[in-house]
Amino acid sequence: MDETILSFDHITKLFPGVRALDDVSMQFRKGEIHAIVGENGAGKSTLIKILSGAYQPTEGTIRVLGSTFTAHSHYTPHESLAMGISVIYQEFNLIPYLSVAENIFYGREAVKGGFVDRKHMAGETRRLCREMGIELDPRTKVKELSVAYQQIVEIVKSLSRDVKIVVMDEPTAPLTNKEIESLFGIVRKMKARGVTVLYISHRLEEVFQICDRVSVMRDGKYITTRNTSEVGIKELIGFMIGRELSQDYPQAAGGAAEVVLSVRGLTTEKIKDVSFQLHRGEILGLGGLVGSGRSETVRALFGADRLKSGQIAILGKDCRIASPADAIRHSLGLLPEDRKRHGLVIGMQVKENITYGILKLLSRFGLVSAAQQKRISLELKDSLKIKTPKITQLTRNLSGGNQQKVVLAKWLATKCDILIFDEPTRGIDVGTKQEIYGLMRELTRQGKSIVMISSEMPELIGMSDRILIMHEGRVNGILARDDFSQERILEIASGTTANMGASR
Amino acid sequence: MKTGLNFRDILARYGILIVLIGLSVVFAIATSGQFFSIENIFNILKQVAVVGIISVGMTMVLLTGGIDLSVGSIAGVGCVVTASLLLKGVNVWLVILAVLAISTLIGLLNGFFINVMQIPPLITTLAMMTSIRGVAYLITGGLPIFGFKSDILVLGQGYVGFLPVPVIVMVAVFIVGIVFVQNTRYGRYMYGVGGNEEATRLSGISVKKIKYIVYSISGLLAGLAGMVMLARINSGTPKMGQGYEMDVITAVVLGGVSISGGEGKLGFVIVGVLIMGVLTNGLILLNVQEYVQWVIKGMALIAAVGFDRFIQQRKVKAVAA
Repeated sequence: MDETILSFDHITKLFPGVRALDDVSMQFRKGEIHAIVGENGAGKSTLIKILSGAYQPTEGTIRVLGSTFTAHSHYTPHESLAMGISVIYQEFNLIPYLSVAENIFYGREAVKGGFVDRKHMAGETRRLCREMGIELDPRTKVKELSVAYQQIVEIVKSLSRDVKIVVMDEPTAPLTNKEIESLFGIVRKMKARGVTVLYISHRLEEVFQICDRVSVMRDGKYITTRNTSEVGIKELIGFMIGRELSQDYPQAAGGAAEVVLSVRGLTTEKIKDVSFQLHRGEILGLGGLVGSGRSETVRALFGADRLKSGQIAILGKDCRIASPADAIRHSLGLLPEDRKRHGLVIGMQVKENITYGILKLLSRFGLVSAAQQKRISLELKDSLKIKTPKITQLTRNLSGGNQQKVVLAKWLATKCDILIFDEPTRGIDVGTKQEIYGLMRELTRQGKSIVMISSEMPELIGMSDRILIMHEGRVNGILARDDFSQERILEIASGTTANMGASR
Repeated sequence: MKTGLNFRDILARYGILIVLIGLSVVFAIATSGQFFSIENIFNILKQVAVVGIISVGMTMVLLTGGIDLSVGSIAGVGCVVTASLLLKGVNVWLVILAVLAISTLIGLLNGFFINVMQIPPLITTLAMMTSIRGVAYLITGGLPIFGFKSDILVLGQGYVGFLPVPVIVMVAVFIVGIVFVQNTRYGRYMYGVGGNEEATRLSGISVKKIKYIVYSISGLLAGLAGMVMLARINSGTPKMGQGYEMDVITAVVLGGVSISGGEGKLGFVIVGVLIMGVLTNGLILLNVQEYVQWVIKGMALIAAVGFDRFIQQRKVKAVAA
């Protein structure tokens, strides 16, 4: 099985002012699961887009499935698909109101006597699902499926095309642990069929779990390829960032006794009777499976969702939070999970995003003071070490980690006391992750308090002073630092046991 | 943005200015110089005043990612209400105040349907366009109103020195508009609402308030434009302002305001307005049939939006890199 099915030879891709890929050569074998890892901006996406025909390389050759393409071949997405290359992006390309079978055969519907042959398509879909060991009714509308099943539809869709190479871009990001297990099962079955899987993920644990080999990219360059059995996680991170990095979390400070936020019986459409307290200088972790109500809890707290009942008290005073504006007035700040959609106006300049919440304060006689805007933005840019050539840069041009810092800067500008981080490091590269952790600790030392949702177990355990674990919209347990363990958290999160010990 | 201006950036930023100059030169040659006479240039400026005034409000609406199709009808109502009140002998200042209040109220109503009933702006203002036009006909019984003498005519026909008053009004509206959009927080929020409504809401800003503001301003300026229109021709007919939304939207999009919201500069909209003016004026000078003019204007809108899409797509690609 050592037959090379795909090779990039000396691929270079230039964009105006950027060398996105620099003389990259990589080989992939038939029937292997091959991870590509690297920090954001390492060139993974560009490489994939060249494989899918979305981009033309500036220089170099691609040899794939017996064909050879150069910079001048005008290799198209259509050719790529026809050869059996399939890319499953993080945003799925499915039509919500069509059925599973219709989606799988979209654009190449089976036809009988001029009409769409639903029966045939449904049968074919069932057969493919059975082969993969999946239960899925071909007639279900895609919009009724969970994210995990939508992803499965994408996979089955590619299998139905007799796919040879599948690229999966962060496939586990939206999945729960159980769903990840079944996804891995499917990926292994694909491998058994001789399909080559290119696996892109920020979660290195997964790479070791599922992949045979791993290639590392950094700053548009190819670094190395290793067998996953012969390389350690620290060594791998070293390749990714070009130096050894301790994966330690900054020392916890532990909260003071003073209660800054007290939530009693919070109830909305999605959550029931959620109560907890947050102490000054504390990081309270919110754990639980996806869909357990963590994001809904902070949305309710922040006034983004309507509250059915429950009380919120800040510094001992009851307050009514009916809108984000109310929450901000009570010195709360929310760093949402999807920062591009909910945290930033990416088409605006960095300085405008940083001062977005305080324009009122910066206005005199109705006019925004450009000088103050500049001063505050520069201060925060420096203190958070936001990497941008200038504060007038459009925010969309920053990396994910630096965008997250801009969101943080926005809330620090409002001088808020309680920060809510929803998945603070999702999609952020390893080096910047450490910086974000450091910043969070620094903020708690300054007396700010943090509520942090995290689906990454090491992060949750490493950063939290206490962990509140949710299950099906309710608080199912609160653990103190001494009781943290992965097993314990999973047990409570999956609803097998409860623990209300450290609720204080 | 200042570093590495490549060809596309230049095209994106100044392309519209090049079009304006090119178009002027073509007409100048075609009309053997008549186009460039001082008289004709002032003519153009006077002709664009109405579209120019409305386009300031429309720019704000488009920045938030909305659209306002009712401006032509609001101008029409402004026109006939002014005329009928003046005919009844109401004081001219009171009339002006009343018309501005009514047109602002119609804008607020647009905002209400959009904010509270969650009806998309396109549908809300399309419905309003028809209803308000109906009101204009009801007020006049379908007949033109004329025969009043009033100071209001200054608004359309007066001069300060050598400058026509409608042009002064337009320039003033643009200056106030530019300061408002560029330098006040409400102006900045317009970009935010169009660029990312949810992020704006989660930043503690009332998106609804911003929408009320832009639709009210759009209504207000349409009403003002209606009065200028009336003052120019000295007679109020209910069909006045019909189809103006088309010219205004074309001018604004030509001026580089993105139809998807969040992007564009009011300053450049002046250029878009002038292009529409030059186009109309030139075609009239060349005795081009009115119907042909419609065909050309429609194509101008397609071209402007197509160009906007082209720039946006390029941007997306550059970012994906």
